[in-house]
Amino acid sequence: MSLFGKLSINAIPFHEPILVGTFAVVVLAGLLIAGLVTKYQKWGVIWHDWVTSVDHKRLGVMYIILALIMLIRGFSDAIMMRTQLAMATNGAAGYLPPEHYDQIFTAHGVIMIIFMAMPFMIGLMNIILPLQIGARDVAFPFLNNLSFWLTAGGAILINISLFVGEFAKTGWVAYPPLSELTYSPGVGADYYIWALQISGLGTLLTGVNFLVTVFKMRAPGMSLMKMPIFTWTCTWANILIAASFPILTAVLAMLTLDRYLGFHFFTNDAGGNAMMYINLFWAWGHPEVYILILPAFGIFSEVVSTFTGKRLFGYKSMVYASGAISVLGFIVWLHHFFTMGSSANVNAFFGVMTMVIAVPTGVKLFNWLFTIYRGRLRISVPILWALGFMVTFTIGGMTGVLLAIPGADYVLHNSLFLIAHFHNTIIGGAVFGYLAGFAFWFPKAMGFKLHEGWGKSAFWCWLIGFIFAFVPLYVLGFLGMTRRLNHTNNPDWNIWLYIACGGAFIIMFGIISQIIQLYVSFKNREALADTTGDPWNGHTLEWSTASPPQYYNFAKIPQVRDIDTWTDFKEQGKAYQPQLAYNPIHMPKNTSAGVLISMSLTAFCFAMIWHIWWLAAFGFISAITVFIKRCYTSDVDYYVQPEEIVEIEHAHIHSATNNQEAKA
Amino acid sequence: MLIRNLCNIALAGIALLLSGCSGGVLDPKGQIGIDEKNLIIIATILMLLVVVPVIVMTLYFAWKYRDSRTHEVYAPKWAHSTKIEATVWTIPIIIVAILGVITWQSTQDLDPYKPLEDKGEHLVVEVVSLNWKWLFIYPEQGIASVNELVFPANKPVQFKITSESTMNSFFIPQLGSQIYSMAGMETKLHLIANEPGTFDGYSANYSGAGFTGMQFDAIATPDESSFNTWVNQVKAQDEVLDPASYQTLALPSEYHPVTYYGQVTPGLFHSIVMKYMQAHDDMAHSKHAMVSHSAAQQHSAHEE
Amino acid sequence: MSSLTANANSAEFDSNELNALVHEHHDTGGNTVFGFWLYLMTDCLLFASFFATYAVLYMNTAGGVSGKDIFELGFVGVETAALLLSSITFGFAMISAHAQKKAYTLAWLMVTFALGAIFIGMEVYEFHHLIEHGNGPQQSAFLTSFFSLVGLHGLHVTAGLVWMTVMMIEVMRRGLTSQTTTRLSCLSLFWHFLDVVWICVFTVVYLMGAM
Repeated sequence: MSLFGKLSINAIPFHEPILVGTFAVVVLAGLLIAGLVTKYQKWGVIWHDWVTSVDHKRLGVMYIILALIMLIRGFSDAIMMRTQLAMATNGAAGYLPPEHYDQIFTAHGVIMIIFMAMPFMIGLMNIILPLQIGARDVAFPFLNNLSFWLTAGGAILINISLFVGEFAKTGWVAYPPLSELTYSPGVGADYYIWALQISGLGTLLTGVNFLVTVFKMRAPGMSLMKMPIFTWTCTWANILIAASFPILTAVLAMLTLDRYLGFHFFTNDAGGNAMMYINLFWAWGHPEVYILILPAFGIFSEVVSTFTGKRLFGYKSMVYASGAISVLGFIVWLHHFFTMGSSANVNAFFGVMTMVIAVPTGVKLFNWLFTIYRGRLRISVPILWALGFMVTFTIGGMTGVLLAIPGADYVLHNSLFLIAHFHNTIIGGAVFGYLAGFAFWFPKAMGFKLHEGWGKSAFWCWLIGFIFAFVPLYVLGFLGMTRRLNHTNNPDWNIWLYIACGGAFIIMFGIISQIIQLYVSFKNREALADTTGDPWNGHTLEWSTASPPQYYNFAKIPQVRDIDTWTDFKEQGKAYQPQLAYNPIHMPKNTSAGVLISMSLTAFCFAMIWHIWWLAAFGFISAITVFIKRCYTSDVDYYVQPEEIVEIEHAHIHSATNNQEAKA
Repeated sequence: MLIRNLCNIALAGIALLLSGCSGGVLDPKGQIGIDEKNLIIIATILMLLVVVPVIVMTLYFAWKYRDSRTHEVYAPKWAHSTKIEATVWTIPIIIVAILGVITWQSTQDLDPYKPLEDKGEHLVVEVVSLNWKWLFIYPEQGIASVNELVFPANKPVQFKITSESTMNSFFIPQLGSQIYSMAGMETKLHLIANEPGTFDGYSANYSGAGFTGMQFDAIATPDESSFNTWVNQVKAQDEVLDPASYQTLALPSEYHPVTYYGQVTPGLFHSIVMKYMQAHDDMAHSKHAMVSHSAAQQHSAHEE
Repeated sequence: MSSLTANANSAEFDSNELNALVHEHHDTGGNTVFGFWLYLMTDCLLFASFFATYAVLYMNTAGGVSGKDIFELGFVGVETAALLLSSITFGFAMISAHAQKKAYTLAWLMVTFALGAIFIGMEVYEFHHLIEHGNGPQQSAFLTSFFSLVGLHGLHVTAGLVWMTVMMIEVMRRGLTSQTTTRLSCLSLFWHFLDVVWICVFTVVYLMGAM
């Protein structure tokens, strides 16, 4: 066994011009950023204020940056696939051979679900949830930092796979026996396993962390049924995380044992059972889609009630509906494989259960409708996303119920109809939700609003591009086109493949609009500045803080008596009231332990992928050592003194009230 | 009855819309496919009863209550109405209840394992997915073909399906249902073609590099005699499919040309299904009784 | 749900120290124990997945040995006794810790450690014995799932032993501060949890397998 295990110079794909080109671009961009950071002497700021930060707001921002970077990566994969399929018609080979193409669709799925949607959702939750419940931070700030870096570690691994070795060619579900050593001898499947495992650990810790935060750190007076709806939907999502991610951990561990030690969980021979993997995978995978969508539902609820200037209609219904969706989410997993040959009764049971989920989901839609009813709808970017969602998601829900009928699924399963359906719900549902939340809470996190014009342009490009990209896939599904094909030879399909490719490019303009929007908004941050901390006339406690919030969030923990606490404060004249005296605030200190532990574990995973055993041992032991050392560091917290608090609070109140007078 | 009438109207409408389309799920040529298409249409119409109002209401409310229309009623504190909430829970429940009944019924009717008994005697075809091609064994005729499936129209066909290696899905969109092929297991599918023709067949489940090439022609001959003519043509081939030549065939290959085997070792399909069990017969501590026990276990577990 | 909050709230007020109330201190032992308890629930699901897999695979012996052929209930019985006993001794350690008796706490922890080590030693011996006789986890799906389920529990116990070592050093050096007691409470939860899991393993795998 050599010093570097299976790793050798041959692992670098020099023969792939696309990869070499990408690598060059990434290196250049990296050098450019490093150069700028050096020039403006920001290394210290990045390390001390961001990388080692335990502040939930900063961690949230870092999650979202990660999500946006991975969105670009995942979208590049998407547009390559669409172009390939538009070029490879009538039997033409296209420009991506299966060897490369199969990695791309696998990476696209993994990245979009695990490294785009999840960090985006967790990022928004990080920034907003503690503020909404009137807490100063999460229950375990250090763990929160560790969670972020574990997720980032997974993302690093998946990006390394682009240039060192290969990624899995198994599809994002990595069904055995295809993902077993016999049929996938390369390191691709190992990258898949370890990237998911390490980021899954981060997500699990986040789930536990936020559950403790919600159950134990709410402001006085905030009973569970007075929690803001976004906090509620996040809580359901965290319950789902805690209940489903261990299954992913288990099933990945089993696949690891099969691949590394010759075990027989899912192999064809020696009595292994691949169906077990498929069941376990979806026992995690189905709740996972609700983990993604529920917080998005919460965001829409907040956005709709804020921009109509109304209370949310049917708050209790919303809470119970989310709960029903969460519970039902655990007993529908079999609908992902009606075609595996289960008996008619089993299939019918899971089909009907799946449909039942449409009831609470439908209720939510009606509740949003009746929130708009008799409101005063201010059209702005967040509400546009919400309205776009309500229209597109309804269609996605309908096709979902259709797929839940086993008789229909027998002909639509694994076809492009299925692809269209889940993109319809994940883009039209989750991503639209996150982008609404992004525009809605951006001023809260960064202190200035986003440019409206470019935001609207992004919305319309996304919406129209989405329709052009995915309606053709519904049609292609009906025309009998199955998924994951590398090229086609059916003249009836061509026109739809061309339209879908065009749609992907329109979405690209949407993403470009967003990049321009960020740039333009940053340029005009003075003009777009949010001086009140409450740019949209919001309902909940996050809007009572400054933008960006004071690092301790609340100088005094507010006393809550209504769901819309901030609206209540404003109506009672209790908003922006300085306190007579402030108590010192206990705060956690930043720490480098999180990033060190997670980078050690990332090194461990990389070493496991390439069978570099000494490095694996080193990474693992160093992670544990740093963790133990962290446990015995006593210098972990400090107190913010009243003088400093007074200064910060007065500045905020001054700027907020001045601004209001100016408006009046 | 109502459902049937609705369905007929809808069928006419959709037929008009999709008259340009040929092939695929909405242009079925077999009874199962036709039933499934009708099921899709009924379910879609039922759901549109909710979906269309929701979309229309979204756009209408957004327009009606926009902030420039200050003369509209504004009720910022109005957030609960038992009447509305009862209605919005009830409507989806009713729709889902109706859909649930349809689902339960149709799932029993369209069970891929259910023989099409009222259509006469079955033709049995044993299907093996290999990397990356389809092997069709005709046990009653003692012949086999690769990447070409031939059977008479109007005669029900029973497919017994397994895989040599990775999981695939046996799918002929115009005839109806698909079913997975899995190594060490046998799944079943019953289909029928209502008219002669050549239909596209695919693997619907990704299985590796050569997956795209796992396509075959499913040819429904006009009658039994033309099918028998084809059988006799195949029988005239010298190629023999025995365990040895099967091993060669099982090696990975892409775009395998259509191949005929005039003769097949009896029980070959069974031995493919059982091969992962039998591999352990040679082990020193093998207990024969246990082998057949566990093999039967795995086998029957799935039949259930 | 409401009972859960009630519990959560009362736990918070029990464990909040005075200065926590004065300064709105946000991290308390109560949070840590509750968080750790939640983590244990997720761990429980990890075990549940392995149990489910074992239930699916235990008959797939692929012509090799079955549970009946390899399980020695007497041996496993001793192993089980050691672990159960260690739960009791950990209980004594916690009583001593709450009574601020440092020496007793350390002594009981050491007894617990020894019992845990006996358990792990016996398990390693059992595994070694099986592998030596050609019944390693690579032989069949049954053995795969058996080794994984039992091994997963063993890994947890080993981690518990490492943690216990660290805690013993902590108690020795720092005494029984409130932070140390909180940590001991977490370890105690962990240890009892592993005991409960082992009872399930013993019943489902060994007793039902040997019968």
